[in-house]
Amino acid sequence: MTDLLWWIFASLAIGGGIGTVTRKNPVASLLFLVMSFFSLAAIYVLLGAHFIAAVQVIVYAGAILVLFLFVIMLLNLGHDYHSDLRGGTWVLVGSLAAGIVGWALSTTFAGGIAGGVAGAGATIDASVEELNAVGAIAQPLFRDFLVAFELTSILLLVAIVGAVILAKRRV
Amino acid sequence: MVMHSLILAAILFSIGAAGVVFRRNAIILFLCIELMLNAANLAFVAFSRVAGINGQVFVFFVMTVAAAEAAVGLAIIISIFRLTETVDMKNFNFLRW
Repeated sequence: MTDLLWWIFASLAIGGGIGTVTRKNPVASLLFLVMSFFSLAAIYVLLGAHFIAAVQVIVYAGAILVLFLFVIMLLNLGHDYHSDLRGGTWVLVGSLAAGIVGWALSTTFAGGIAGGVAGAGATIDASVEELNAVGAIAQPLFRDFLVAFELTSILLLVAIVGAVILAKRRV
Repeated sequence: MVMHSLILAAILFSIGAAGVVFRRNAIILFLCIELMLNAANLAFVAFSRVAGINGQVFVFFVMTVAAAEAAVGLAIIISIFRLTETVDMKNFNFLRW
């Protein structure tokens, strides 16, 4: 059952990705990407990362992609149907580069699996059982990565200020 | 399922990389970059099954960087759109000398 669900959501994710790249209409492209992100959230659940899945739906599909949708509609691109695909050479070179990148990633990942820690998945499941989905993430986040977490807030502050300054009208 | 998820991450990353090369619409380029970031997230989550929960913590940081990148990038696109009235990359050549 889990495997069947995995295959369904994986094909939805890949289909959404292909739709994002091929649709001419930016709004359709974005909605395909939302489908892809929802399927990825489902795959996170199947991998036992429940809290990540919730954050994926709320932050990614809910906030970041809606921001993109706002900008598409603000710039009035929704009925801009002329094709913006590049010519044949670009497509050839792009497919070749993408194929090489995918092959390199797959082989690297296969090597990474071999170097894994035995029983790490069972440890995570036990930790989720004991501390709930949020607590299992919160413990390493606020112990081992506290400095990085605080720096993240500075990054977001800089991004907010930068976005406001860049997007405001000339005075 | 972990290995399958890693292959899926590689495929999604390739689709995103191909999209960045194929398309000229700046907003769709950003969408493809988001797709590549999500492929990286999927790889992190899948690896957390074999290497410990820290992989899931990294996904948070990737999401934060993605949010910051989307905000700043879209602000840049809006500001360029005011200047050129288009989001087509072929018109974005004023940094060229």
